[in-house]
Amino acid sequence: MRPFVFARADSAKQAIDAHHAADTERKNVASVHARSQYVAGGTTLIDLMKLDVMRPELVTDINGLESHTPSGLIEFSAKGLWLGALVRMSAAADHPDVRANFPVIAQALDLAASPQLRNMASLGGNVLQRTRCTYFRDTSYEACNKRSPGSGCAALKGYNRSHAVLGTSDHCIATYAGDFAHALIALDAQVDIAGIDGSRTIPFAKLHRPLGDTPHIETTLEPGELITAFQIPPLPWARRSLYLKIRDRESYEFALASAAVALDLDGETVRDARIALGGVSALPWRAHEAEALLRGKPLDDAALDAVADNAFEQARPMHHNAFKVELGKRALKRALRQAAAMEI
Amino acid sequence: MTPTGPSRGYSRRSFLTTSMATTMTFTLLDQARADATLAPNHQADARAPTPMHLRVNGRAYRLALDIRTTLLDALREHIGLTGSKKGCDHGQCGACTVLLDGKRILSCLTLAAMAEGRDITTIEGLAAPDGSLHPMQQAFIDHDAFQCGYCTPGQIMSAVGCVQEEHAGSDAEIREYMSGNLCRCAAYPNIVDAVKAGKAKMERG
Repeated sequence: MRPFVFARADSAKQAIDAHHAADTERKNVASVHARSQYVAGGTTLIDLMKLDVMRPELVTDINGLESHTPSGLIEFSAKGLWLGALVRMSAAADHPDVRANFPVIAQALDLAASPQLRNMASLGGNVLQRTRCTYFRDTSYEACNKRSPGSGCAALKGYNRSHAVLGTSDHCIATYAGDFAHALIALDAQVDIAGIDGSRTIPFAKLHRPLGDTPHIETTLEPGELITAFQIPPLPWARRSLYLKIRDRESYEFALASAAVALDLDGETVRDARIALGGVSALPWRAHEAEALLRGKPLDDAALDAVADNAFEQARPMHHNAFKVELGKRALKRALRQAAAMEI
Repeated sequence: MTPTGPSRGYSRRSFLTTSMATTMTFTLLDQARADATLAPNHQADARAPTPMHLRVNGRAYRLALDIRTTLLDALREHIGLTGSKKGCDHGQCGACTVLLDGKRILSCLTLAAMAEGRDITTIEGLAAPDGSLHPMQQAFIDHDAFQCGYCTPGQIMSAVGCVQEEHAGSDAEIREYMSGNLCRCAAYPNIVDAVKAGKAKMERG
């Protein structure tokens, strides 16, 4: 690990000031090589610093925000669910209001990582976790456009079994590794962001950038900006929601395919639906068109097949991951069937 | 949810007892935080040792560490508590599991500086002062829940956390909530038995 300066912050302002104070000489960049990084759980950052993939010169510990600001709070009210960005994954997953009203969130968190990692990782950091692509994590591979912009993508012709089939580009096919983000995008969540010029709120769907030819710039966050909270609008029928995760082993593993779904049923007929797809996508992935296909239809085999086919219509399978198209479709259909069968 | 933030305390001497450290905590708290905010190692050379205070198993330790030092290395190499083990050093195996403010975490992915002012409990801190074992330690022995023993300190710390988090309600739940601790000898069936027995003993108090 390379040397760095360590700072602590008890507020977003302190954190952002520390970032900008260190940023006077050279322009920072919002990428894996940003000179200044915030640390909460450290479960991605410290790991990647040990691997020499990330090399920050300033690391600012923002754990003080958990007890000193609302970013440590969970609140459920008529305005929806408010999740502070410094809330740990385990605390959100175990929260009774989250479990009862947004089971898809609780399950996405519970099925991720290990208990120790869930006690460490903050919700804000979780959505920013970096890909598990081997070619990204191992610096002995020269070609990785995420790690070394313009160097190429070793995964395109390499071993790409775990890689994405949706939202990829000619420059990167790395899978977005998280689970929670798919629940957030399915629920139309908003993100509160603090920055040097004050705070702003954006749809969660606008947080992650399409890969294009700049896969090293993963989000729309400006340098120094800090996620302070997530807002999930009220959605009473999200009590009928779930997260289905298919993986190589039963626990403590990343998804090969997953589905975050919510259903609003009128008897046998679907009034409305939410669908997001994980394990198969390069960024948090909402399937709007597939949702529209379900509205007003009975949830029968024909409708499910049509929805699944539509959700993967744009899939671009590679040599080793073509199985993910069929696996993803089946995961989605099973998730919708299970959601329909939920007793709420 | 009301956040129960860590009480951040700093002690000046390394041999303070827990109770002394606790009474001193709040007088030193605010000044220490103010000093610490923004610039603990803002010296010209980022590699120069950074003074820090760690509270481990109720004892306070004053250290001067390279800022890159993980909590695991601080415990093992600088404090001499070698019970916590280094397996993968990347947060994948659980051998380094310790409790931070009562919650199980991975000490290999935690910088020592991030643990300042928090209560750190290692396997060495589980037994009673008279040396009698913690119920979970005894349960691991009673159920032969290990072979080589390398993962065992992490398994036991994780098991204590698992029970305290109320996620040890069934065999299936124990397996799921102990999945962050790998055992290369595959002593898993006995580990599940030990966690169940340890839980029962912990609840009897």
